[in-house]
Amino acid sequence: MSNQDLSAYSGIWCVGEVRHGKLAPTIFEILTAGGQIAAALGQKLSVVLIGSGLGPWTKEVIEAGADQVYLIDHSSLEQFVDEAYAKALTDLVNQEKPRALFLPASTIGRSLAGRAAVMLKTGAAADLTDLSAASGSNGFEKGTLLATRPSYGGNILATLVNTRSRPEIYTIRPMVFPRSPKDSTRTGVVRNITVDPATWNLRTKFIAFQAESSNEIDIGSADKIVSGGRGLGKAEGFETVRSLAKALSAAVGASRAAVDSGWIPYKHQVGITGRTVRPKLYVACGVSGQVQHLAGMGQSEVIVAINKDPECPMMKLASFSIEADLYEFIPAAVKELQKHQS
Amino acid sequence: MPLNIVVCIKQTPATGSVSIDPQTGDISKEGISYAISPFDEYALEEGLRLKERFPGGATLALTMGAVRAEEILREAIARGVDGVYHLCDEAFDGSDTFATSYILSQGIRKIEEERKIKIDLVICAKQTNDGDTGQVGPGLAAWLDWPNTAYVKKVEQVTDTLLRVHRMMEDGTDILEIQRPALISVVKEINEPRLPSLKGKMAAKKAVIPRWGASDIKADPALIGLKGSLVEIAKRQSPPKRAGGLKIGGATIEEKAKIFVDKLRELKLL
Repeated sequence: MSNQDLSAYSGIWCVGEVRHGKLAPTIFEILTAGGQIAAALGQKLSVVLIGSGLGPWTKEVIEAGADQVYLIDHSSLEQFVDEAYAKALTDLVNQEKPRALFLPASTIGRSLAGRAAVMLKTGAAADLTDLSAASGSNGFEKGTLLATRPSYGGNILATLVNTRSRPEIYTIRPMVFPRSPKDSTRTGVVRNITVDPATWNLRTKFIAFQAESSNEIDIGSADKIVSGGRGLGKAEGFETVRSLAKALSAAVGASRAAVDSGWIPYKHQVGITGRTVRPKLYVACGVSGQVQHLAGMGQSEVIVAINKDPECPMMKLASFSIEADLYEFIPAAVKELQKHQS
Repeated sequence: MPLNIVVCIKQTPATGSVSIDPQTGDISKEGISYAISPFDEYALEEGLRLKERFPGGATLALTMGAVRAEEILREAIARGVDGVYHLCDEAFDGSDTFATSYILSQGIRKIEEERKIKIDLVICAKQTNDGDTGQVGPGLAAWLDWPNTAYVKKVEQVTDTLLRVHRMMEDGTDILEIQRPALISVVKEINEPRLPSLKGKMAAKKAVIPRWGASDIKADPALIGLKGSLVEIAKRQSPPKRAGGLKIGGATIEEKAKIFVDKLRELKLL
């Protein structure tokens, strides 16, 4: 397919996400991942921000490692609309010809990567958990990007390469790479990109945003998650789960069985038809650990299982397994945690 | 108001039935079992519900896959779709998301030609359970040059010109209006799939399923299969096995709680 001049493409771009006046912290993880690659290839590291009122964020991303910041700032880009963001991004790519684009594997990042890749006639890979540039000694040409991602529900790790098209596009799973350190002495170049979305023939209109009524932590970006499953036995069980989550400053997750029973909304569901998470700590309360659930959380750093059944899969694979009635154990654990805090 | 809908579905290995053959480094054929990708059930159901809400159009199912993928098209018939199409050709083998989305776009154009209709809406699932990329839906929209929205959890309204949809975001819900023809990728929250009816099952058994190859859909050979793919799989491996952990003992529940908290503190998780 490729009749592109691949060597014309240089520079590593990290695409940040600004939503409701906030810069998503995933950009700092992506700057770590992209920064390694930029250093290995000896290329410039840039951040691209699309939205409205982006000025305040330039300093932060430069301090976190960006040599250059592209701002596509327009009042009509305040909200994420697939077509509009894809047009803004691909126009800039066509003009500047970067080697690779990294986006967060979030709702916005994953939507945008898929559409932009086809518009650019280039390849994309989703949800990387590891990334490196080949040194030239392991069968790949020096500088080839080796992108590793879980597939088949985490049963297989696949390493992907794109030697045929540019820019390479990748989304990066949140919470995998550490955040890049800040250096307040760093300087960088700011490039303001002028756009006129009125001329873009957009067929999608943003109407409204409804915020989540609770102020709960989202499981996608949480570094600790406490999850409840069928073993809770009743909807009220999530009050117990929440008490532990609160004591740990953790987000609340759930198994499909708990969601399908109507005990908790779908957005909490971890697993194959829910969401994939990789927190530092995952506490599974009454979650037996079916394959479908493990696919969504099996890569958590530390797994704690609380269950009456010592033989269930979750208890077998957990870093720590606690054979107990969760309605007895959790209140005791919360008490102990409060002791620790005071 | 009636909508002509194409739902894109895929036959995938059941999660947990997949492993690596240590000899070849490829996916082992042993123990593998195939079914409709679990997310696709919601896409299919939404296609059927929209037809019921706005009658007069057709809801069709489309897949690309091996000969055995015909099974999921029969399942779609059993659930009530009006027609199914199977894109099946060895030349499609090895397609990445770029090539796959191209092939599907050609399939949709061919359906329009064949049935002499305009498709108003394509529904995909959020992702499949094998590749887990979620890229094919948005990519397909780009090939068709249609607007698209992913992570749709509700189709609130449909008019002659547009759809109003709710998108599930990490921090709440976005409401968008999107002009027809459009593509949406849907999440599980959107509905509860029905079971096939007996009548549907009978129809599924008897159905003759059209099978289209690369030339039938006028696919550019340079854009399909391994040749048309841009991302290659260089290596597959099994993820490192988790070492079995520590059982937290303790004579009383308080003791167990204390050991648990001590462990978290040790690991700097507090």
